[in-house]
Amino acid sequence: MSFMQIKDLKVHYPIRGGFFNTVVDNVHAVDGISLEFEKGKAYGLVGESGCGKSTTGKSIIGLEKITSGSIIYEGEDVTNKVRGRNTAYNRDIQMIFQDAHSSLNPRKRVQDIIAEPIRNFLKLSPGEERKRINELLAIVGMSEEARLKYPHEFSGGQKQRIGIARAIASNPKLIIADEPVSALDLSVQAQVLNFLKDIQEEYGLSYLFISHDLGVVKHMCDNISIMYKGRFVESGNRKDIYTNPQHIYTKRLLSAIPEVNPNDREERKKIRRAVEVDYLTNHHNYYDENGRVFDLQPVSETHQVATSAQNKGGI
Amino acid sequence: MNNLDQLLTIKDLHTGFRIKDTYYDAVDGVSLSLRKNEILAVVGESGCGKSTLATSIIGLYDRNKTRVKGEILYKGQNLALLEEDKLNHVRGEEIGMIFQDPLSALNPLMRIGEQIEEGLIYHTKMTKEERKNRVLELLKQVGIPNPERIARQFPHQLSGGMRQRVIIAIAISCKPNIIIADEPTTALDVTIQAQILDLLKELQNETGAGILLITHDLGVVAETADRVAIMYAGQIIEEAPVEKLFANPRHPYTRSLLNSIPQINSENEKLQVIQGMVPSLVKLPRVGCRFADRIPWIPADVHEENPTLHEVSPGHLVRCTCWQHFHFESEKGGNLL
Repeated sequence: MSFMQIKDLKVHYPIRGGFFNTVVDNVHAVDGISLEFEKGKAYGLVGESGCGKSTTGKSIIGLEKITSGSIIYEGEDVTNKVRGRNTAYNRDIQMIFQDAHSSLNPRKRVQDIIAEPIRNFLKLSPGEERKRINELLAIVGMSEEARLKYPHEFSGGQKQRIGIARAIASNPKLIIADEPVSALDLSVQAQVLNFLKDIQEEYGLSYLFISHDLGVVKHMCDNISIMYKGRFVESGNRKDIYTNPQHIYTKRLLSAIPEVNPNDREERKKIRRAVEVDYLTNHHNYYDENGRVFDLQPVSETHQVATSAQNKGGI
Repeated sequence: MNNLDQLLTIKDLHTGFRIKDTYYDAVDGVSLSLRKNEILAVVGESGCGKSTLATSIIGLYDRNKTRVKGEILYKGQNLALLEEDKLNHVRGEEIGMIFQDPLSALNPLMRIGEQIEEGLIYHTKMTKEERKNRVLELLKQVGIPNPERIARQFPHQLSGGMRQRVIIAIAISCKPNIIIADEPTTALDVTIQAQILDLLKELQNETGAGILLITHDLGVVAETADRVAIMYAGQIIEEAPVEKLFANPRHPYTRSLLNSIPQINSENEKLQVIQGMVPSLVKLPRVGCRFADRIPWIPADVHEENPTLHEVSPGHLVRCTCWQHFHFESEKGGNLL
């Protein structure tokens, strides 16, 4: 059973202009998406830059005003609520940011950075708090000496670990990870991914993994949604998306990913070309006359694809 | 290997940066050669010296704070010793460069057409009319629709992929023999990345230029390169033709890198990776195998005292001897040979 539902979420930004600086149009950054979160599962949001995936993450945690739609958390509507510091929602939903460096206060020591959610939500005595910080540092694989250091004294991978320690400090249920590894080197990235998996298993966390890297998302997530122009074009479990992609945009994205196998690269290039041609010629089957993605239609129990209603029968 | 085909030969290159009156070598004894019609990929993580290698070749470093030793041979002259004004005739004309971030590499106050024309004015004796035609031809060549309009636009009016195409147009404007591409697709989306890589390959087929591709993305390498050199801590630790490297990686670092990639085809297992990271310039141990610290479970006596590159099969070079005895920490020990 899902503990959190997002229904028809929309985030529009007004474009102002004209004579009296009136609203002339809206940017539909997120345009009607729905998601459900279950305990212990990881969800992936994939798309190219500018598709609205980060805005989705931000609006869920409350950093972005929601235009319409609703977020129901454990039966309670939390959309655009003015929330006090101590609400359960703020405690249970945490975020890991893309750029670890700019998400850590440079003038705070590591212990104060990690202690912030503890002080906000858990009300521990100073002794207990110290114990909890040491515990958290141990979870992310850092020594206790790190407590008194400042963020600039750490490398990129270590800073991301501090960000993760902060995110799990208040025992959250859902962590929104916005491109958590894309600023990291390959082997550091692998170390952080392994570690995120470990703590997921141990604490039964749910993730919303926002990334442009389909390899990373496949490695981490159970359910994946592909996003384009603020809407989902396809959504399903890992197998649906990677072995049976239906939407042309998903196919195009999958065919563009370089594979670590130099032997059949010419063949892949041909496939890529074919998909590109298909994308240009069959555009109207997948987008309406305004270039908007159609609503999702179910293909199987887990798998949904955005196609026009006429096309529902078979693509 | 045919010597006539060699465009660029680098011999024992050391590039050091001055930190408090001491020079620390970021590139520490690199030897490489680039042939005609070849894409040579230099791969490594940040801080391994791959970008320093590129800037050393073309002389884009601060001469007061940098020390370059060794030979960079191009057409019989050593680029490392060349004066600035002579080097200017090599840059752009003989060696073109593609930068990572297309927005910061373009002048925001100049129209696209003028920026492409700049190199032509400096390096060729074309008339104004010829230059204009050449600019439009270049824009067409890199796949920009409506070149007349784009040539009059400013960089901020173009998308990231379009800007990178403009950078490529500038790099190839004087038909260079060598193109150095420093992370050309890192700032781009995957679909655009695929288009840009295809474009680079096409241009190479047309001109027969040698491309030095600097990247950290092994996927890009597998899709485009002919030969690969892996760098770690300023040194080349493995060099091989692309098929050999991916089919049969030898050095522990290469194996760890290949294992770090979350693959589309792999199932839900843990990534097998060696903990730790590239050591910083100042703290770098300059004696013995530079990777020894990262693999402490391998006995110290299997490393060479002064690790050198060994040819394990034709064209496949590996530094140090530790790879013969290497196994991941979670695996059982065994001898590879």
